[in-house]
Amino acid sequence: MTGIILLAVYIAIFAVSMVAVAWCTKQFFTRADYTSLKTVTFGDESAVRPNRAASVISVLAIFALWAAFTNTSLPVLKAKGPFEGAVKFTYTATLPDGRSDDATVSVLVYPEDVQLTDGPDGKPGKIPAKPSIEPGEGFAKNDVLVIARYGSKLISVFSNDEFKKPDGVKVTHLNGQAIAPGEEIILSEGRLALTDKGTPFFEPAKGFRMARLYLPAPEVASDRFWKLNNEGYRNFTLLEHTWASLSRVIYGFLLGALLGIPLGYAMGLTNWARGWFDPIVEFMRPVPPLALIPLMIIWFGIGETSKVILLFLAALWIMAIAARSGVSGVAIAKVHAAYSLGASKWQILLKVIIPNSLPEIFTGARVAMGVCWGTVVAAELVAAEKGLGMMIMVAAKFQLTDIVIVGIILIGVIGFLIDIGIRQLESWLVPWKGKV
Amino acid sequence: MSGLLIDNISMRFDLPNGGSVQALKNVTLDIKSGELLSVLGPSGCGKTTLLNIVAGFLAPTSGQIIVNEKSVKGPGAERGMVFQQGALFEWMTVRENVSFGPDMKKMPRAQSRKIVDRLLEVVGLQDFKDKAVYELSGGMQQRVALARCLANEPDVILMDEPLGALDALTREKMQSLVLDLWKETGKTIILITHSVEEALLLGERLLVMAPRPGRIHKEYRLPFAEMGAGADLREVKKHPDYAKTREEILSMIWEMEEEIMGRTEESA
Repeated sequence: MTGIILLAVYIAIFAVSMVAVAWCTKQFFTRADYTSLKTVTFGDESAVRPNRAASVISVLAIFALWAAFTNTSLPVLKAKGPFEGAVKFTYTATLPDGRSDDATVSVLVYPEDVQLTDGPDGKPGKIPAKPSIEPGEGFAKNDVLVIARYGSKLISVFSNDEFKKPDGVKVTHLNGQAIAPGEEIILSEGRLALTDKGTPFFEPAKGFRMARLYLPAPEVASDRFWKLNNEGYRNFTLLEHTWASLSRVIYGFLLGALLGIPLGYAMGLTNWARGWFDPIVEFMRPVPPLALIPLMIIWFGIGETSKVILLFLAALWIMAIAARSGVSGVAIAKVHAAYSLGASKWQILLKVIIPNSLPEIFTGARVAMGVCWGTVVAAELVAAEKGLGMMIMVAAKFQLTDIVIVGIILIGVIGFLIDIGIRQLESWLVPWKGKV
Repeated sequence: MSGLLIDNISMRFDLPNGGSVQALKNVTLDIKSGELLSVLGPSGCGKTTLLNIVAGFLAPTSGQIIVNEKSVKGPGAERGMVFQQGALFEWMTVRENVSFGPDMKKMPRAQSRKIVDRLLEVVGLQDFKDKAVYELSGGMQQRVALARCLANEPDVILMDEPLGALDALTREKMQSLVLDLWKETGKTIILITHSVEEALLLGERLLVMAPRPGRIHKEYRLPFAEMGAGADLREVKKHPDYAKTREEILSMIWEMEEEIMGRTEESA
């Protein structure tokens, strides 16, 4: 239900902001460049440029929805929240001889994450104590129920009454409304029901927000981020966890590139190497690195060695194939021209083949870095003493969803930064790409 | 400086489907030093194959190429080559491209700089020395390719449809440039083209090749290259012999093309 509402709201934001931005742009800005004069843009890919306003709104929308559908304390627009606080309802107990009596149940609903949230005194909150009440008159006595948000509880109303179940007493009315076992009454504060055996049952209204266990509010995640930075998690600070993952990727990737690129060149330049390595590369390429984790652990243990070797294997084939296709992408006329100008084989390799294959190598490096980054997290999920993947895995076992969210965001951001870095390096080293 | 001897070259190779192709059959040609030879022929007559054999990129099945009294075994710096698409190195500047040959010989910087500067002035690119080659137009790129080839001081220059990818106006300018360079440097030049006009204008000696098997069909000695060097090429085209020869060669090539078409239709 919440999911459908979320999707509908998201689509609405997409459409409304599109119309609004288009209107504003038309009103306040005029573009005069060539592309803006094209009338055919639908189908002309070169005329499609990312609308930066859309990117900004898209990111903001995700944060806004995140806040709106969690129990955030931020002053933003929020979806209807779960019921919290006090509510009372009455039940009517009826004996087999027809005598009946009303009693009140006082319900107190407290935040489910009270123990995880610091109170005004800076200490974690406590589950509130049962308030004391008057027992009331008649044979049915008043009851108290203390229950967390998103929870539900059976109310053993007869436990303090004069008559118990064996006496044949039954709940016949809730809030003055006749009710049979298996039926329910919906209040704005929650759902009152009788079980099939006739026991009253209360479930506070859940609203449309997610509980902290499923999705912590943005400020909870950011608090956790700073806390992880300062205090660390499992003996290591966030920076150490991040560096542990990143350094594994860097070592594995560099080793893979160092061996894979010459391997690819050899495959692109000599018949024997092509024939020799073709079956190996073609066999290893489709094997997902994750499938190698168990073998790596059996062979090299759960330490750094097995992880670096795993990442090395992940990068090796990708870089070898990139270098090979880089060689095959050299226009034969260029090689012929270089030979006619008196270049030796060695000079051809250094001055023609290597520069000419750089664009392919960079494409391969981007893919390999992406795969390595994904693989390291997975490898750490299996076994590690530090690293972002390990942090997520251990946190998940303790239901610390905020750490999991912080870890996921960090992994995404770092992966994105790596890609931007390689692209930057590429535009610096291969300025001719796409211009020939 | 020396000429070039194409001594009874034949080339035949097997096809994957079991057949074989006779690309060239008994081609013999003696090219004198400083001669400007243009080679013309319908597609599939083996003219590019012949050039690749002369350049040393392909080995003939029989016969040999002799340059400087030595048999050609592979590509070498004494036979420079200019390709249709420039084949420039886009990771180098114009200057680095032109000095590629001297650099490969480990010529001292000062000396190669002088050569490069002079040649870039000859081809009119002195203001583009430090530009990237992909910033230049097609005609300019081809000038760089010419300069790069000349910088290496080859005895023979092989040109494989060097002006084929240029527009008509640029092409005419480049034709003048090639003629001027030929006159000035006195190099032996073999030029392959599929344009009859270009072959007439640039060929002191013109070779028409015939296909299946590739062979020399007819040879002409023409005055137009002499006339065109340093002069207006459009004036040359007005010469009565020019139109006559052009018509003769065109009808010859048309006949060959028709024959090929007929043969493929028969076999189909």
